[in-house]
Amino acid sequence: MTAKTSFLSSPVSQVFTRRARSGGNAPRRIGRRLPSRRLWPVWAIVAVQLGILVAFVAIWEIAADVGLVDAFFWSKPSAIAATFVVFFTDGNAFTDIGYTFRSTIFGFALGTSLGAVLGMSFWWSQNYARIIQPLVICLESIPKLALAPLVILVFGLGLASKVAMATALTLVVSTLTAYAGVKAVDRDQEKLFYSLGASRWQVFTKLVVPSCVPWIISILRVNIGLALTGAIVGEFVASQYGLGREILYAGQTYDIALVWVAVVVLSALSMLMYVAVSWLESMLRNGVVR
Amino acid sequence: MYPTAKLALENISKVFVTSGGSFTALAPVDLAIPAGRFVSLIGPSGCGKSTIFNIVAGLEAPTTGRVLIDGNDATGFIGNVGYMLQKDLLLPWRTVLDNVALGMEIRGTPLAEARQRALPLLQRYGLAGFELQYPSVLSGGMRQRAALLRTLLVERDVVLLDEPFGALDAQTKSQMQDWLLQIFAEFGRTVVFVTHDVEEAVYLSDEIHVMVSHPGRVVETLPIDLPRPRARSIVSTPRFVAIKKYCLDLLRLDEQQDVAA
Repeated sequence: MTAKTSFLSSPVSQVFTRRARSGGNAPRRIGRRLPSRRLWPVWAIVAVQLGILVAFVAIWEIAADVGLVDAFFWSKPSAIAATFVVFFTDGNAFTDIGYTFRSTIFGFALGTSLGAVLGMSFWWSQNYARIIQPLVICLESIPKLALAPLVILVFGLGLASKVAMATALTLVVSTLTAYAGVKAVDRDQEKLFYSLGASRWQVFTKLVVPSCVPWIISILRVNIGLALTGAIVGEFVASQYGLGREILYAGQTYDIALVWVAVVVLSALSMLMYVAVSWLESMLRNGVVR
Repeated sequence: MYPTAKLALENISKVFVTSGGSFTALAPVDLAIPAGRFVSLIGPSGCGKSTIFNIVAGLEAPTTGRVLIDGNDATGFIGNVGYMLQKDLLLPWRTVLDNVALGMEIRGTPLAEARQRALPLLQRYGLAGFELQYPSVLSGGMRQRAALLRTLLVERDVVLLDEPFGALDAQTKSQMQDWLLQIFAEFGRTVVFVTHDVEEAVYLSDEIHVMVSHPGRVVETLPIDLPRPRARSIVSTPRFVAIKKYCLDLLRLDEQQDVAA
């Protein structure tokens, strides 16, 4: 009772009571509160995620057992798990993984660096840039994956053709991005350099290249994905090793469980490389870009 | 023609040819600036102040005329004068120290040596403690200090300053003006200063060239005979006020002519 009295004597409650008299029977709201957002702890999020995964696998398994899902086409989790073990114990798992990994990394490095150099080279001559740039854009519009048979023919069945595919996919994007960086170089900053008596080479190394670095860094994560795609397609067309060849081979022999295993391993590889490149990117950003 | 001038402009003009005809940015201008002077160019936008600077710095070719430094033809040569543009243009990926050392580095001084020479100046001229920071942490005034030190460290006798304090707030601006006067006294360079701000020009300069537009040209040259070193209190002396009023009247006259035309 005492609490209620002090409540009523506060200025806020006077507003309440005034409203109550004039407004009718819902007197307690003075307005709307900021909606509160309650965040679940990380473990709860992870638990739900795992729950969804387990439920999905369980439903798949049961559906395959009772015949709702045709295990011949879709395989089933238990078979995939068994194949997984066989894949890593009997097969050439690490040869294949290493092969795909290498072609991806080489192609990524080659495509990104060549593209960066090509894109930045456009700074040197407006005429050269005007001649070459439309050609680069034409190249961009070609579906590079369609060139895979030709690339295999030229570069052979080995690693070189896979690296070439990965390079082809990353090169053009990198070139155009680096060129965008060149075009974004501050004209006044260029003017400053020349007013200090700089040579073209000094402007290039001390201004143009550092200005383009953030642009090139920004393309790294896109490129790692593209490079992997290039490598896999190269393996699809013709290869002796690699996860792409494994998937194709498994599909042709109706070994659907093996297809799944290779896809899972490929995804893991992809994620691993993505994380590594993201890390590289943040390192570079902290070290180089201000 | 001007044997005693450090920097001389002989009949310098600039005509831009566009699709719609030609546009005279700068009618022939003659200027002679003796060594060790602080000279300001004032005038409205579009009177060709920045064009003059670009021509003197060798970044633009004049349509007619020559630029003489110590009597030698320097027309179209870059790197002969220190030039500070309106923006500070500090490179975000370089530390303050390395930004200040940039000019020396471009002139071929090894970076280590350039840093050694820049370091005491940073400490002396208000950037102590920020040597190894990146420009993003500097205030507007400090960025301008760094930019000006970069310009001075190129060790050219002639320094062109294009509205260096134009973007600063009033208080910072007056601090920077006093700082610039200190620098000017200690370095003994020949300074050419462009500004919109008449009071700033009178406060800093030995001589003011008043420019007008359409076409850009110099209409009057005023010696400023106020004694140095100057203190801030000078701005309220009758002599200062009279000079300032005279300049403002000249500029206003030009404005009225523009409106009439």
